[in-house]
Amino acid sequence: METVLTQALPVNKEGYLLDSKLWTPEWAKEVAAQLNITLTDKHFEVLKWLRDKHASGVPLTIRKVGASGLVDIKEFYALFPGGPLKISSKIAGIPKPASCI
Amino acid sequence: MIDTMERPATLEKPVTADKETKKVKRVLIICSKGKLEDVYAALVMANGALMEGIEAKMFFTFFGLEAIKKTNADHLHTATVGNPAFMPGMPTVLAGLPGFEAFASFMMKKEMDKLEMPHVTEFFQMIDAGGGEIYACKLAADMFHLKKEDFIPEVKDIITVGDMYALAEGEGTHMVFI
Repeated sequence: METVLTQALPVNKEGYLLDSKLWTPEWAKEVAAQLNITLTDKHFEVLKWLRDKHASGVPLTIRKVGASGLVDIKEFYALFPGGPLKISSKIAGIPKPASCI
Repeated sequence: MIDTMERPATLEKPVTADKETKKVKRVLIICSKGKLEDVYAALVMANGALMEGIEAKMFFTFFGLEAIKKTNADHLHTATVGNPAFMPGMPTVLAGLPGFEAFASFMMKKEMDKLEMPHVTEFFQMIDAGGGEIYACKLAADMFHLKKEDFIPEVKDIITVGDMYALAEGEGTHMVFI
């Protein structure tokens, strides 16, 4: 069943936040819950890293997340199962990654 | 900026219930070639599947075994001879000169580095970390006298063609042959 977000923010058709500056941790928790993910401190560390990289204009890849020093690639897949880069980007309030690697 | 970039309408269509039930759930990628570009095609597709939450299994056979051999994985070459798409107009007799293939492969790898494409062994580590499975073909391994210890550690097993089909079992599996 589709739960209604209490913290509705404008998103695109695929659910990615339109303006990353509107992001709040509460919104992230709700989006994550819809994806059956309960956010931990580790999740938030990764989300913050993703948001920082996005803000500085770095295109994101799974490989870069693996080299971030926060998580290795295996842990990244475990934190955001079912397509880690896409799912974490959605929760982090940044656009859908346009990476092939 | 990426934020404002619009995708073509066809890519943005909402997922319908029908599309949901017929999703690609698993890919089995068979790689029978050992050229740099063929191996990378297999690696990019397998890793790309995992990135989308799709299960990925890889089966290496015949010259594809070069890609999973410890000693060769990071030293694959592109073919400069017998490859009309490679530098059109380049006479075969020149493309076949000693060292030309190595030079062309070096140049290609340099371009790949610019795109931050991982090297072959690192790519396999990424696929393994993402839950992908890598197998070698028994018949080809026997033919080339290769054993499990000759392969990179990410290779799970040496399996028969029957075992390979078992990897593809289940609804929503797609098979790709390279």
